[in-house]
Amino acid sequence: MTKSKSAYSVPGKIGKIERHIIVVWVDNEAGVLARIAGLFSGRGYNIESLAVAEVDKKKHISRITIVTEGTPQVIEQINLQLKKLVPVHKVADFKRGEKDILFRELAMFKVLGSSKKLEKVKKICKKFNPVVLDKTNKSIVIQVTALRAEIDKLALDLKSLGLISTSRTGAVAMTKGSRIFN
Amino acid sequence: MPKLLSGAEIVFRALEDQKVEYIFGYPGGAVLPIYDELKNHKSIKHILARHEQGAGHSAEGYARSSGKPGVLLVTSGPGATNAVTALTDAYMDSIPLVCISGQVPTHLIGTDAFQECDTTGITRPCTKHNWLVKDVNDLSRVLHLAFEVATTGRPGPVLVDIPKDIQFKKGKYKFFKNTLKKKLNGKITHKVSNSELDKFIDLIKKSSKPIFYTGGGVINSGPEASKYLRELVSLTGFPITSTLQGLGAYPGDDPQFLGMLGMHGTYEANNAMHDCDLMINIGARFDDRITGKVDEFSPGSKKIHVDIDPSSIGKNIKVDLAVVSDVTTLLKSLIKRFKEKNRNFVNSNKQKTSKWWEQIEKWREKKSLNFINSDKIIKPQHAVQRLYELTKNQDTFITTEVGQHQMWAAQHYKFNKPNRWMTSGGLGTMGYGLPAAIGVQIANPGKLVVDIAGEASVLMTMQEMSTAVQYRLPIKIFILNNEYMGMVRQWQELLHEKNYSESYTAALPDFVKLAESYGCVGIRAKTPNELDEKINEMIRVDRPVIFDCVVDKAENCFPMIPSGKPHNQMILGPEEEEEISDEGKVLV
Repeated sequence: MTKSKSAYSVPGKIGKIERHIIVVWVDNEAGVLARIAGLFSGRGYNIESLAVAEVDKKKHISRITIVTEGTPQVIEQINLQLKKLVPVHKVADFKRGEKDILFRELAMFKVLGSSKKLEKVKKICKKFNPVVLDKTNKSIVIQVTALRAEIDKLALDLKSLGLISTSRTGAVAMTKGSRIFN
Repeated sequence: MPKLLSGAEIVFRALEDQKVEYIFGYPGGAVLPIYDELKNHKSIKHILARHEQGAGHSAEGYARSSGKPGVLLVTSGPGATNAVTALTDAYMDSIPLVCISGQVPTHLIGTDAFQECDTTGITRPCTKHNWLVKDVNDLSRVLHLAFEVATTGRPGPVLVDIPKDIQFKKGKYKFFKNTLKKKLNGKITHKVSNSELDKFIDLIKKSSKPIFYTGGGVINSGPEASKYLRELVSLTGFPITSTLQGLGAYPGDDPQFLGMLGMHGTYEANNAMHDCDLMINIGARFDDRITGKVDEFSPGSKKIHVDIDPSSIGKNIKVDLAVVSDVTTLLKSLIKRFKEKNRNFVNSNKQKTSKWWEQIEKWREKKSLNFINSDKIIKPQHAVQRLYELTKNQDTFITTEVGQHQMWAAQHYKFNKPNRWMTSGGLGTMGYGLPAAIGVQIANPGKLVVDIAGEASVLMTMQEMSTAVQYRLPIKIFILNNEYMGMVRQWQELLHEKNYSESYTAALPDFVKLAESYGCVGIRAKTPNELDEKINEMIRVDRPVIFDCVVDKAENCFPMIPSGKPHNQMILGPEEEEEISDEGKVLV
């Protein structure tokens, strides 16, 4: 046992860390994002990525998608603590890798280079729903939607072709088929 | 068209409709319109504290002893920040508080105006919810919602921040009731299913080494819960232990009661928790002062956990049966179902638990709360015991500060009714007891209210004596004066090689003279033989009293589970101290 003079108990065994995607429906009111973020920071939970936007203009409901990591116990706590917040309507929780859930992130890349290189850029991005948003003879701004790891790899590949700027969103999620989150 | 009211009038209309009788507060620039309106509302009495923290703890004491929410009124900036300790304290111990704070006018918010602070930002982590009201027509809805959030589900503090211009503006008033549609901390009373009840009863019937472990949730659920708890305990014949916050829910002098558990709990309670085969947790939260080292907590038992807050379940300890419910609701239906099929269970089950009770009696024989008394110097435990003996025949309310005296009070004062014991458990706020006693006395006029205090703690909020004198509240501040921050000193003795770093208070005030300067009564007891007489004098005086009880400076609080140790490895007393100084560094 480690020598400790603390007034508190020594930490117990730590469970296996899992990555989860948590979707939260909230009233879009002042301070709501601070409440969610504060809950995570205050209780020592991680936020890997975050995506927020109002999805119901009439009822002012925002949908927040949070990617987080933790032991099963921590993930359960995150869910239960989120549900206790007054502006939270519902919470859905998915394990990364679940089959019937779709995840996407969006990224914009700006690459500088000769037209030959820029053509190569387009080719590399082909698999990831590329949209050329802006193009000059020296530069290109290209948008892709893909999974996080794919975007990570893409950014790495584009580096040698003259990537100078990257902008990415957090992940958003949706169920496959006719099922909806509840 | 309904009559338009000013924001300040709306505040009072809402308070009246919520049947608020007392507000605890302190005026200032940003709440002046509300204070101006006070004179027009005779049913609401304002108690002027000397510091917003004091006002907050008074509101807590009021809430805990009356079962009604406490209301707190403070100004912007420092007024709000001073209230933060009390709000956090209420949050940790699940006390319903509604704090109304003034704020700088809306057009100045964000400009670093005089006495401006981000009140909702600062109090977000220490309230169940808070609101900044920017439209006067939102005010009545928000205020009523605030009361609802504070008092439903697991109770707790809320804050409504009202800018000064909103207090002046005219708007509509409406009484909103039950606006929360969704479950809030299990707010909508979750109907306990029969299959859950049957599982519960099945576990009870299968057990041969059971124990009830009950907490503050029983108190918070209302006096009915304590009544049902007593019924269930007597129906089953099982032993029961209680957390610090749960004391009083079950009679402290009943033979089935094993005393408090946890870090300074009794030997029998902690060993029974460790060795049991069924633990029935009702309204407690497996706090770290209770569980010690989580991996070794009660290894062989099935565990049932009843809690109104779903996030309390599985947070620290995994359980076998979780019931999200209000305690009263659960106990009522459980008892009904239990009685239907299990007539005369106590007698038929006696055989099964007889060995368990024998074991418990053996643990009891250790008499873990014993101490070596003295006829020359007052032992603090002896002082609490005498206070108990001399006050037990009247309905007495006890508050405490935080430290050794708090634990001695919990160990040696036996509570028979709920809502008679107000102590800061979760946050452990020194300075809680004196202002809390003020709130208790206001809610319970004519009753004896004693703050069992330490001299270090009580100095943190001593200014509130002036409040007690102003409102003629005959609270008794019973100081166990050892000139040390006793619990700090104890830990330093046991774990830090007796390096008493900054735990001794030199230049303490003369508490008798201090009492006189506040216009109350000062009494000092120095020897055991004058103690009873002086305590009786304190009880007889119908004025606030500061009682300076000069006690042994070196006394430590035992028994004790060193942190990081399981429940069956307690230190019983000073004779085992050698063992601690070796092992102590490893453990606590």
